[in-house]
Amino acid sequence: MSNNPLHQFEINTIVPIEIAGIDASFTNSAVAMVATVAVVSIFLIMGMGGRSLVPGRWQSMAELSYSFVADMVRDNVGNEGRKYFPIIFSLFMFILFGNFLGLLPYSFTFTSHVAVTFAMAMAVFIGVTLIGIARHGLHFFTFFVPGGVPAVMLPLLVPIEIISYLSRPVSLSIRLFANMTAGHTMMKVFAAFIIPLGFLGGWAPFAVDVALSGFEFLVAFLQAYVFAVLTCIYLNDSIHLH
Amino acid sequence: MSDDKPVPELDEFETRLKKAQGNSKAPRGLKAATNEPPKGLGLALRCGADLVAGIVVGAGIGYALDTFVFDTKPWLMVLFFFLGSAAGIMNVFRTVQGLDMAVGYKDPQKPDEKDSNF
Repeated sequence: MSNNPLHQFEINTIVPIEIAGIDASFTNSAVAMVATVAVVSIFLIMGMGGRSLVPGRWQSMAELSYSFVADMVRDNVGNEGRKYFPIIFSLFMFILFGNFLGLLPYSFTFTSHVAVTFAMAMAVFIGVTLIGIARHGLHFFTFFVPGGVPAVMLPLLVPIEIISYLSRPVSLSIRLFANMTAGHTMMKVFAAFIIPLGFLGGWAPFAVDVALSGFEFLVAFLQAYVFAVLTCIYLNDSIHLH
Repeated sequence: MSDDKPVPELDEFETRLKKAQGNSKAPRGLKAATNEPPKGLGLALRCGADLVAGIVVGAGIGYALDTFVFDTKPWLMVLFFFLGSAAGIMNVFRTVQGLDMAVGYKDPQKPDEKDSNF
């Protein structure tokens, strides 16, 4: 293991695949994603396998995660949002388990790569925009005209609103990627101080790392939650158009 | 205790559950997160990204227009940088107000009033 705190984010090709000149290799990031999907599937399918009326611990956790996202969708989008529940639940579980599995030593956090988070954010953004256009037609574009504003101000405000709308996928992806990258880098930086400072001084960075580990668990959950809740809010915007 | 016949409370519970699930029409989906300003760490984690995203997208659009559409380097980038900054600050402002970056937010109570309704 090198002492470079950014070494943990390096992409290593495992199975080189090239399709029409595009590098589509199976990398350690892809392994992490496949592992995440497998763990989520095991967690939910095996957890609900018993289907007992009075759930055990495992089934409780599976049901809890279901009702957590279901309540989130109902609170933020309303009943029209129910048919979009599967995609929001999948996104939430994928990001949550990706973040948590990335906290295991020697594992890889795929959410720490902006390419991954931006792809997810773009999927949400394009999907939400298409839903809005499909439901409201051209009326959707009145979305960019703020209410109660004098007509003189509109040439200035409409571009600002459009930029504000276009910045959604950027902020959605940067938030997740930056929080995961920053947290993991910080842990590694403090961890690299532990051994060189020796038995007397090493306790201070070790204590910081213990605190950071707890904090990272919080951030891992919070970022998955924020991603899902913002998806709901964007969905609500394009369904109800205010 | 009768083990073979179905438990009546459960049937009753089933109907009550169905009814409750049918009734739970959230009022236009504007409850928890959208009406209240987010608090604490959640707020802190969101504001920074919101601000930066507006500026990055604004400057990016300006740069792309300058380079690929018009030959006006660097003027559109300067213009869109300021527009993007305004958008970024508006993003943060709306997040803090609890409107959650609602682009084109219109006050549901007084939709046609001619003054600022932020």
